[in-house]
Amino acid sequence: MARFPEVNILLVEDDEIDVRSIKRAFQAQKIANPMFEASDGVEALKMLRGEAGHKTVPRPYLILLDLKMPRMGGIQFLHELRADPALRDSIVFVLTTSDDDRDKVAAYENNVAGYLLKQDVGDDFMHTIRLLDCFTISVQFPP
Amino acid sequence: MPETSQVNILLVEDDQIDVRFIKKTFQTHRITNPIYVASDGIEALEILRGEGGREPLARPYLILLDINMPRMNGIQFLQELRGDPRLSNSIVFVLTTSAHDQDKESAYAHNVAGYLLKSGIGGDFMNAIRMLENFLVSIQFPSEQ
Repeated sequence: MARFPEVNILLVEDDEIDVRSIKRAFQAQKIANPMFEASDGVEALKMLRGEAGHKTVPRPYLILLDLKMPRMGGIQFLHELRADPALRDSIVFVLTTSDDDRDKVAAYENNVAGYLLKQDVGDDFMHTIRLLDCFTISVQFPP
Repeated sequence: MPETSQVNILLVEDDQIDVRFIKKTFQTHRITNPIYVASDGIEALEILRGEGGREPLARPYLILLDINMPRMNGIQFLQELRGDPRLSNSIVFVLTTSAHDQDKESAYAHNVAGYLLKSGIGGDFMNAIRMLENFLVSIQFPSEQ
């Protein structure tokens, strides 16, 4: 399906196996959006800010955020993101194995678009992938 | 499609024809979540806060928000919502005919989950409905709420 302009996906995830399985699920659903990878919050912020020595993620973009990561975890990343005038309008989905209510509360306090569970492989995970697919097609991104 | 969790939908929309059209489209797609309708931002806040002798709208809920409405429009509503500690964590999708960049900017400045156009009743709107369908199935809400 045509997507104009193409939405870039920034996957913030430290687990290489998860990165591969997410990419595979995207391919299976024929989601061909450009994918950028950051292994923690620190690297993600550098990429979003276009700091020297890092790949810049062009707009429009969608952030898929893991929570438990070294150096800077997902919730701390959200605090930084929402406090930065140039980044605070970003759309973020949490994609995590954590089913902990405290994580959900903290994520929604930082106005994530949605909280998605990674552990639901199989049918449920396909709903997640389809959601993200429809999302990149139907949503008007920040100009 | 597995049964959707009972997420309440608050549709904030002043145009009765649009309300009927959106409800009918939901039915066609077997989105059976309870739908509450507010005709502007003021009524939406009353429903969310449980003013006027009613209970606050039960969580979990999802807000679908029009922009152009009398009394309190969608952007003013978002300002109130994000300024209210008990409501600031709400998930809001804008659903509007306005394709103005200024409206998109204002909506995302208040961290809406997504900005959807009603105008594309053909393919675009159907993609939006399919997105909401998958959203309601996949999204996790805190259980304590």
